[in-house]
Amino acid sequence: MRALAALVRRDLRLCFRRPGEVATPVLFFVMVAVLFPLGLSPQPELLAMVAPGVLWVAALLAGLIGQESLFKSDYEDGSLEQLLLGPAALELVVLTRIFTHWLTTGLPLVILSPFLGLMLDYPVQAFGTLVLSLMLGTLILSLLGAVGAALTVGLRQSGMLLPILVLPLAVPVLIFGAQGAAQAARGEDAAAALYLLGALLVLGVTLVPFAVAGALRISLES
Amino acid sequence: MSPSNWTWFHRLASPPYFYRLAGRLAPWFGWAAALGLAAGLYGGLWLAPADYQQGDGFRIIYIHVPSAYLSMMCYMLVAGASAIGLVWRMKLAHAVAVAAAPLGASFTFLALITGSLWGKPMWGTYWVWDARLTSELILLFLYLGFIALHQAYEDPRSGERAGAVLALVGVVNVPIIHYSVVWWSSLHQGSTVFVGSKSDISASMLIPLLTMIAAFTCYFAACLLKRIQAEILEREQNAGWVREMLEQT
Repeated sequence: MRALAALVRRDLRLCFRRPGEVATPVLFFVMVAVLFPLGLSPQPELLAMVAPGVLWVAALLAGLIGQESLFKSDYEDGSLEQLLLGPAALELVVLTRIFTHWLTTGLPLVILSPFLGLMLDYPVQAFGTLVLSLMLGTLILSLLGAVGAALTVGLRQSGMLLPILVLPLAVPVLIFGAQGAAQAARGEDAAAALYLLGALLVLGVTLVPFAVAGALRISLES
Repeated sequence: MSPSNWTWFHRLASPPYFYRLAGRLAPWFGWAAALGLAAGLYGGLWLAPADYQQGDGFRIIYIHVPSAYLSMMCYMLVAGASAIGLVWRMKLAHAVAVAAAPLGASFTFLALITGSLWGKPMWGTYWVWDARLTSELILLFLYLGFIALHQAYEDPRSGERAGAVLALVGVVNVPIIHYSVVWWSSLHQGSTVFVGSKSDISASMLIPLLTMIAAFTCYFAACLLKRIQAEILEREQNAGWVREMLEQT
């Protein structure tokens, strides 16, 4: 437990010393969301209709951009091998790392989403559902992205490969999340979508650490 | 269970044994596929009557249904072989997964193309965001991700194991993806009208269809065995038995 707490402290400290890494996915998220009104049309009715989908697709892409750095620097300086040899179970280390990484890449997107919602004429009374759906969704995406990051950590073209591996797997998250946000915007009950997202999150937390740990062992062998 | 019950399994995992077995079996599957295709196409294109609503357009199911069926079965095969390869560290199982993935991707592509060609006269458009078409498209992406990941590794041994992990993550996800897409398309549009449901298909149409499914499966098996042989040769190019075999011929 102490090793894991030390790991969280170390990761957070590393992150705050390199604020650029935190800012990149957030900036990407804002820019993608801004491109849609420019590319489509600034009519409020149209924007309100596409807003849930736009916010969700933008969050999905921005989340994946952030995932590439999950194990990269540790792989390059060799501390990933130390973690693998260390006393704590690799599965737990992985889960801790994913959560810390989410705090610095996923959570900022969630916090920022209502402001972008305002710019896209997303109804204010549905902000709660939007934030909750993105909170659950970005956590699942962090877990899925971690599988991709672990599989590609030793590869040169990992930046392009990671989205190709993870995006098809992220389809259910996008569907449930965007549907929930859209239902809330129409004033309907979005509980079903949120429950399904919650179920996916539970499934991810249960299974993903094993896949990531296995993938890291393969990546470090080569 | 006594260990001797598993000897067939271990023998199957030996590359020289499997290479010879595949070489013996492949022609049988190949000829069965050729005969089945000839009979099925004759039955489907000449003997079966035109559908009273779809006319001759329905005949594309004789290609479409077997491709769609194989596209899904092949993903299960890739995932199953990957699991065997990871759990028992059996290299031959990885060779099966690697050899099967491009075949599966091809059948998925064929199913998509024939589906959209059928869609043009029936739905009036080449592409409908129908649940089945959409899941098939995502399945194609899963195949391509597997192939891309496997090829990105310089060391093929790590590449095939990384691909195996991805295939296992994918196979857990496949039902979730499918049902989420079904849910999504039922929210977006009324259920697409499928003219002529499977259950009341007449025997004159059904028998050629089953023949075609069996023939496609044989064709798939023949191609797969040949591809596995090539994979084995590539992996074992420095092994003694390969040299002996080459000297004999």
